Amino acid sequence: MDFILPILNSLPGAAAQGLIWGIVAIGVHMTYRVLDIADLSIDGSIATGGAVCVMLIRAGANPWVAMLCAFLAGAAAGLITGLLHTKCGIPAILAGILTQLALYSVNLRILAAKSNQAISVDRYGLVVSQRYVHNVDLSNPLPLLVIIVAILIAVLYWFLGTERGCSLRATGANRNMAKAQGINTNSNIVLGLVISNGMVAFAGALLSQYQGSADVNMGRGAIVIGLAALTIGEVFFNKIFRNYALRLMGIVFGAVIYYIVLQIVLQFGLNTNDLKLFTAVVVAIFLMIPYLKGKWPKRAGKEARSA
Amino acid sequence: MLELNQIRKVFHPGTVNARTAIDGLDLKLEKGDYVTVIGGNGAGKSTLLNAIAGTFPLDAGTITLDGRNITGMPEYKRAAFLGRVFQDPMMGTAPTMMIEENLALAARRGKFRGLKWGISGKERAEYKKLLGTLELGLEERMSVKVSLLSGGQRQALTLLMASLKLPKLLLLDEHTAALDPVTAAKVLDITDRIVTENGLTTLMVTHNMRDAIAHGNRLIMMDAGRVVLDIAGEDKKKLTVPELMALFSKVSAADEANDKMLLT
Repeated sequence: MDFILPILNSLPGAAAQGLIWGIVAIGVHMTYRVLDIADLSIDGSIATGGAVCVMLIRAGANPWVAMLCAFLAGAAAGLITGLLHTKCGIPAILAGILTQLALYSVNLRILAAKSNQAISVDRYGLVVSQRYVHNVDLSNPLPLLVIIVAILIAVLYWFLGTERGCSLRATGANRNMAKAQGINTNSNIVLGLVISNGMVAFAGALLSQYQGSADVNMGRGAIVIGLAALTIGEVFFNKIFRNYALRLMGIVFGAVIYYIVLQIVLQFGLNTNDLKLFTAVVVAIFLMIPYLKGKWPKRAGKEARSA
Repeated sequence: MLELNQIRKVFHPGTVNARTAIDGLDLKLEKGDYVTVIGGNGAGKSTLLNAIAGTFPLDAGTITLDGRNITGMPEYKRAAFLGRVFQDPMMGTAPTMMIEENLALAARRGKFRGLKWGISGKERAEYKKLLGTLELGLEERMSVKVSLLSGGQRQALTLLMASLKLPKLLLLDEHTAALDPVTAAKVLDITDRIVTENGLTTLMVTHNMRDAIAHGNRLIMMDAGRVVLDIAGEDKKKLTVPELMALFSKVSAADEANDKMLLT
């Protein structure tokens, strides 16, 4: 039973990581679900967000200002992907990969040619820090993260209910219909990518402060972790939650679940080198579930319930 | 109202697959004209409607709608003046959105979409009344996702959406072809009612000769990307299916003409 305690001990950390990656997952939801585009640029924009935030704070900027700048930098990356896709006719996946690749060089420049730049919570007034995740006072990052996530969900929920937000959802649901209803689908795709990458970069800014450094590789596989959180959240919570804001919350729960499971398997001795493989397998399984469910004949009892 | 002047469209130009879909076509519609369009497969009927809607750029010619040259206008901007219903019932609506949301999207056609709430309570009441006129019971299911509707219900909803903000021109592209005969007849009834009540200028492509004769005040027949027959008024009212068939084989001069047309 000596593995229980370390697991319990790691829960607050897993929750904090889950909340931050939950923001990434909501960004992925924006492109992958709302717009029906798989945007791979976020692997780069999460590191861009972290890099911009860390370098600005080190230069003496207010952390909140640094986070806003990180959001804008990510939004700019989304703009590039969007323009490559809509104005230059490059398939969305390729446009995202191109931006992601280009961002690697850009991020190295932002990080002053180093692959890693540390930021100490002792010297700078960071918004969130891993060091205090076990504290039972206001320095604990969890309450603030919950508030930030709640605000983001509220803003996104409101936005997608506006005239512009509805037209964006229509763009993802049926491009032909959207155009026939006078919706500029291209500008909506760009807008969606801008919002998504801005959110992801903002999450990168939080993550870099939380772990005390920005790393040029911190975004590797971000899209897959985001998809893991998204699909776990959907599989577990879409049945329970009907309301869209609650479903967004379910996606964040998905991220938290993912990190808790991760802590558990690490506790059981998973080699950290195998983490990416583990993540890929988790995502593959959860992406498979809806498809396989559709292929298997439904049992009579289930049918009656869903009817 | 609508004036097409020598419009031309070649698909895959410069390749072995090059195909002239619209070949120097001229067409003029008066305000309130309800024109049915018939012709064999590949005659250019759908291409004609898509050309007007702006799905692709023309190779030559001009399109003037209500005195305004819209030839180079992008599809989403033209949509402000056009109502469209497609052959595929999946194409005209956003399946993951509610019935009322789809209507609200259509009500904002041609308007700036800002940060106001996407649908108002006043609108909901209005849509409820409008949906009631379809007599499909949709007024009781306004917050149901469109993906749960049948093909006929979707086409009826798309029709309502197309006419919600009265368009200068209504484009119907074989919008009953994918429906069973009973549903198709019902959707055509709704079409007639909406067109005549609002005096909409309409182009309706159909594969069904009887429908082409029974509906509208004017009938055009297309072949090889051109209008080969244009019958209006009393002449159209007296028209019969065999006469139309005979006219078709005469003007098209194609041996396999009869096979190409659907005899119904």
